[in-house]
Amino acid sequence: MTRQETAELIPFDDVVASYDPALGLEVHVELNTLTKMFCGCPTEFGAEPNSQVCPTCLGMPGSMPVVNGKAVESAIRIGLALNCEIAEWCRFARKNYFYPDMPKNFQTSQYDEPICFEGYMDVEVDGETFRVEIERAHMEEDTGKSLHVGGATGRIHGADYSLVDYNRAGIPLIEIVTKPITGAGAKAPEVARAYVAQLRDLIVALGVSDARMEQGSIRADVNLSLAPKGSGVLGTRTETKNVNSLRSVERAVRYEMSRHAAILGLGDKILQETRHWHEDTGVTTSGREKSDAEDYRYFPEPDLVPVAPSREWVEELRATLPENPTAKRARLQAEWGFSDLEMRDTVGAGALALVEQTIAAGASPQAARKWWLSELARRANDTGFEIDALGVTPEQVAAVQALVDSGRINDKLARQVFDGLLAGEGTPEEIVAARGLEIVSDEGALSTAVDNAIAANPDVADKIRDGKVAAAGALIGAVMKEMRGQADAGRVRELILEKLT
Amino acid sequence: MPEISRDEVAHLADLARIDLDDAELDHLAPQLAVILESVASIASVEGLDEVPPTSHPIPVTNVFRDDVVVPGLTAEQALSGAPAREGQRFSVPRILGDEQ
Repeated sequence: MTRQETAELIPFDDVVASYDPALGLEVHVELNTLTKMFCGCPTEFGAEPNSQVCPTCLGMPGSMPVVNGKAVESAIRIGLALNCEIAEWCRFARKNYFYPDMPKNFQTSQYDEPICFEGYMDVEVDGETFRVEIERAHMEEDTGKSLHVGGATGRIHGADYSLVDYNRAGIPLIEIVTKPITGAGAKAPEVARAYVAQLRDLIVALGVSDARMEQGSIRADVNLSLAPKGSGVLGTRTETKNVNSLRSVERAVRYEMSRHAAILGLGDKILQETRHWHEDTGVTTSGREKSDAEDYRYFPEPDLVPVAPSREWVEELRATLPENPTAKRARLQAEWGFSDLEMRDTVGAGALALVEQTIAAGASPQAARKWWLSELARRANDTGFEIDALGVTPEQVAAVQALVDSGRINDKLARQVFDGLLAGEGTPEEIVAARGLEIVSDEGALSTAVDNAIAANPDVADKIRDGKVAAAGALIGAVMKEMRGQADAGRVRELILEKLT
Repeated sequence: MPEISRDEVAHLADLARIDLDDAELDHLAPQLAVILESVASIASVEGLDEVPPTSHPIPVTNVFRDDVVVPGLTAEQALSGAPAREGQRFSVPRILGDEQ
């Protein structure tokens, strides 16, 4: 262990007191085209290994690539949605390196002529807007998937050999690269998360990708550097690879800020390198040193002709863009009657689309917000899942609220229905039946429970008889306990007051 | 006059995973220099500034394919030429370098 590796992390507040962070995000979006970037192989997720391959994506001699027009269309639409310029003419390039998951020994990518460039996205954090400048969005292809065999952890280090599946090799990727994001200060981790979250929402709205971070269809690389506060310079950066959840994006930035500050605090220099993110322990470890010697010997791809999107085509595609996310948020907030704070929390929790769909499925805006933000956001946080990966659908949430609205369950019982939904026990209706959650509307049973509560608490009963109606709460509690929560508290109160006054 | 040093040739060979010994480097470096020199002679053509660099000899753009699945190889066909396999995957030697 070097002294840098053992240096104690600097607390976050101290980091931002002394340093200005600069962020840079590279996000890879796997497109949802039916076929690969340069060949007609299918792209379905989870197929048997090496069952979706052909001579082109296996890099066999003599095979020739042909560009997937739909992928170019998706690339342009992403660029337009990010307020980018669209190149009038651009080429693919070969990025040469050797790695077994890349059978051609080069990746077909774009180099100095990206199809989209010079854009921006406005990101909102705690009511404050940060403009994230987009440097470029270019087209490339994904690699195969390696399985490392042997060694203790299934990781690359210590592995005896590796097994490769090329189904993913050649799937179209769009790499979206930001310019350095400065000025975020203590909000840098949240800005990074909000950028990726908003970008994901945009990709979903465009319909160009499955946008599932847990399946790797959106992957983020997080660049971070620190500079002395107010210096206005950029420090040496590290690049943390493959950060695959929104929560991890925020954590990785926070961790790297504390780690950089610790090293700079020793008077040492940051090593420019890639870092691996460890989801389980929340730390990064050293990857490959990135030096200027890194030389991919890019050159124009001779097997593909240039892409020259006509301005007419670009304008046609511009007309297909979904509503601008900022305008859409303003519209929804007005329609739903949410306060600024309620809207901010909804967006911040990554629940905007979920709330929207829940309302579309029949729930009131406040009910939809309440379930997603209080109940389900907490459970997502507890389990470490993204809120949209919990396994509860907007339709189910609307169905639970419908049960509450009809008086068949109350909010407290509804929480048990969510337990059931998360445990995969069926529909809300089935869970209410199977768990026996329905509110008891049998007046005889309620009346008996009320009588029992009065008998067990004679002093409380006397207070109510003396006109201290506020004391009824204690009896209501006792009745609800006996009814295992399955009673209408309002009706219980009425019964108590009827009997004692 | 373009030049390519012996060290540069050694570096390129390393990037290309070509194992060259000292004698081969001594032999090849001057040869590459001659090739570079020959190509550089194009610079002497008059009016070159007005000629855009050509990466493709045919002036064609936008050759696109429809997003339609075309049958490829079966896993058995794909793996038939593999030096080593395990199940339906290609088996490759231990990877020492890091992922790109």
